[in-house]
Amino acid sequence: MVGKLWKYASPQAFYPLAGALAPWFFAAAAVLGAIGLYIGLWLAPTDFQQGDAYRIIFLHVPAAWMSMFLYVVMAFWCGVGLSMNTRLSFMMAQALAPTGAMFTFLALWTGSLWGKPTWGTWWVWDARLTSELILLFLYVGFLSLHAAIDDVRRADRAAALLALIGVINVPIIYFSVKWWNTLHQGASVSLARAPSMAATMLLGMLIMALAAWMYAIAVSFVRVRAIILEREAEADWMRDTEAA
Amino acid sequence: MNWGSARDFFAMGGYALYVWGSYTVAALCIAAELWLLRSRGRTLKRRLGRNSTSAQS
Repeated sequence: MVGKLWKYASPQAFYPLAGALAPWFFAAAAVLGAIGLYIGLWLAPTDFQQGDAYRIIFLHVPAAWMSMFLYVVMAFWCGVGLSMNTRLSFMMAQALAPTGAMFTFLALWTGSLWGKPTWGTWWVWDARLTSELILLFLYVGFLSLHAAIDDVRRADRAAALLALIGVINVPIIYFSVKWWNTLHQGASVSLARAPSMAATMLLGMLIMALAAWMYAIAVSFVRVRAIILEREAEADWMRDTEAA
Repeated sequence: MNWGSARDFFAMGGYALYVWGSYTVAALCIAAELWLLRSRGRTLKRRLGRNSTSAQS
């Protein structure tokens, strides 16, 4: 079993696998997204405190979760790449970064549009918002550093080091609402206690989060295939495989 | 059901700018990412296709 999994650690074995799986993840993302939007925009009742402004939650929370989760996965692949020198790990990290940056931007954007009607301001320099902004800079820094170094293998290692140092920021974001007095509300969902929201709202939010998850997997599979093609176009196996 | 009419739905209880501003930008971001990925794939295929034909000739 482990040996079988190990096989997919090589780009040439993973390339067709990712190509075969990506459409399924896209389909799952589309179906879950449609259900989530139906629940969130149609079925879920208007919030008695926030009115309909709260409906931003169905985008904001999944985007914020994905922004942190994708960073951890990216840093994990960087760690694997640095310690085991596997090419595919670095490629996976590169494939995840743009999507992670997009979700971080969306978390900030939707948060800003939610903050204005509920807090009366687009932005405050409080712990949660500032650390999430730093996360965006980390993603952008990761990609720019990689792009700035010509030798791909050196670029991989330098960017990986940056990603691993930056991972310290993720628990800071997550716990910022506990550690500091912030304007941002506490966690909506926690394993330790009952969720502080209505069941329909929670369901819609979780389905949207699942949709975001499927989307991120699908997109990073397609992107990692492009990266494999770009980097290994000269390799023998690539000439034997049709670039489809 | 929350919405009496389509107009109610789009008004979002007076929060249309914030709610639709969020959903529109999210949709645009996803569309942009997918479009960029597709054009990256197409460029690659064109480049690699040319290389392989030039290698054959």
